[in-house]
Amino acid sequence: MKPIFSRGPSFLLRLSVIVLISLFLLLAESKFNLFTSYRLYLNSLVSPIQYIADIPQSLVTSFSRMIVTREELKIRNLRLEKENMFLNADRLLLTQLQLENKKIRTLVNSTRNFTNQRMLAEVMSLRSDPFRYQLLINKGTLDGVYLGQPVIDEVGVVGQISEVGTLTSRVLLLVDASHGIPVRVQRNDMIAIVHGGGAWNKLDMPFIQNNADLKEGDLLVTSGLGGNFPAGYPVATISHISYKKGASYADVEATPVTKLGESHYLLLLCDKKKDVSDVLEKEAKIKNAPL
Amino acid sequence: MRHYSIVYFTFFVGLLCAIFPLPMFFNGFRPEWMILLIAYWVLALPLRIGIVHAFFLGLILDILLGSMLGMHALLFALFAYFICMHYQRIRYFSLVQTTLLVGLSVLCIKLGLFWIASTQQDIILHKNYFWSIFSSMLIWPWFFLFLRMIRIRFKVL
Repeated sequence: MKPIFSRGPSFLLRLSVIVLISLFLLLAESKFNLFTSYRLYLNSLVSPIQYIADIPQSLVTSFSRMIVTREELKIRNLRLEKENMFLNADRLLLTQLQLENKKIRTLVNSTRNFTNQRMLAEVMSLRSDPFRYQLLINKGTLDGVYLGQPVIDEVGVVGQISEVGTLTSRVLLLVDASHGIPVRVQRNDMIAIVHGGGAWNKLDMPFIQNNADLKEGDLLVTSGLGGNFPAGYPVATISHISYKKGASYADVEATPVTKLGESHYLLLLCDKKKDVSDVLEKEAKIKNAPL
Repeated sequence: MRHYSIVYFTFFVGLLCAIFPLPMFFNGFRPEWMILLIAYWVLALPLRIGIVHAFFLGLILDILLGSMLGMHALLFALFAYFICMHYQRIRYFSLVQTTLLVGLSVLCIKLGLFWIASTQQDIILHKNYFWSIFSSMLIWPWFFLFLRMIRIRFKVL
């Protein structure tokens, strides 16, 4: 039996210290963003647990890949070859169009780069915070992932990188309430901003004038204005518009083009100009620049 | 000989279970393993496993889930404090009473998490957020007996 006086500090003292620390953590993160740089180390510390928890899932997928029959593989191979041929044929035209576009753009003195380097990442379907819409992926800073990197899949924009670790990182999805993305209506080049609606397939478009030329079904593509997302990728289609009499803005809702949370592979777009070191240099320059 | 490493091993397994991938449908029914673990070990060893342990477990869970730093940590520490203060009384509860107590604490912790998260952004609360309370209550008696067996087997006193 332990003697009663060697207990150390009382429960209440311990609790008050701990509560103070947690309140500090909460405030520091939510109000002052103190932990964005330390999150890297914290995420790296726990990533072994995440990889261990992901083992069964990856085993199952590799096993299900192993037990495919020869016939199925043959059929799939044929289908993929066909698809590949069609895609390549489209690409022939694409290079032609790109060249043409480049020529025309040089005529009006505005060059724009359409080709982005891409990186394939796999989604680790672990449980994450129920209040945020985010995905964990198996690529980190060691693979060149950086904060704010745009993430797409084969259909359209998915979101952007919100937290990085050395081996894993988190993708904040379009539909998260804290996410906003500048878009352009493909039909008439009207620009707007799309905010997350806080549900799996709901996006909000605030500040749309009552007389704006919008229709249900209009495709919204990235405008490239924020500088974060490259221009031209499909984001969402408008699903609902209602004009209220007397209200200053229309009530517009959209649904993302991709089925968020269902894709297994994601593509990270690497902006060549925006290398991590470059960003740091830029920030340093801005800090040192004379006012 | 006391084997405290088994306690940390159960914490590790609990963290794994807390983030283990489950199909969408079952995700809502996932019991709150960390709350159950903290409840059991604080009740069994209030002088060894207490507020500080609960805080660090909550912090690790925060990082694993990608939620706001300190959210789970704060609530787990408060929960551990509550049990530390009343462990002598709770130890004499019957299994039914402790089950109800666990359900109530899971409810309070989940409401607290929701409240902290909703100070940051607007959240639409789905009703399957609360289903895990029932699964936690359902699993608690078996979990309690299982951990007691482990504790006696490894002579953690």
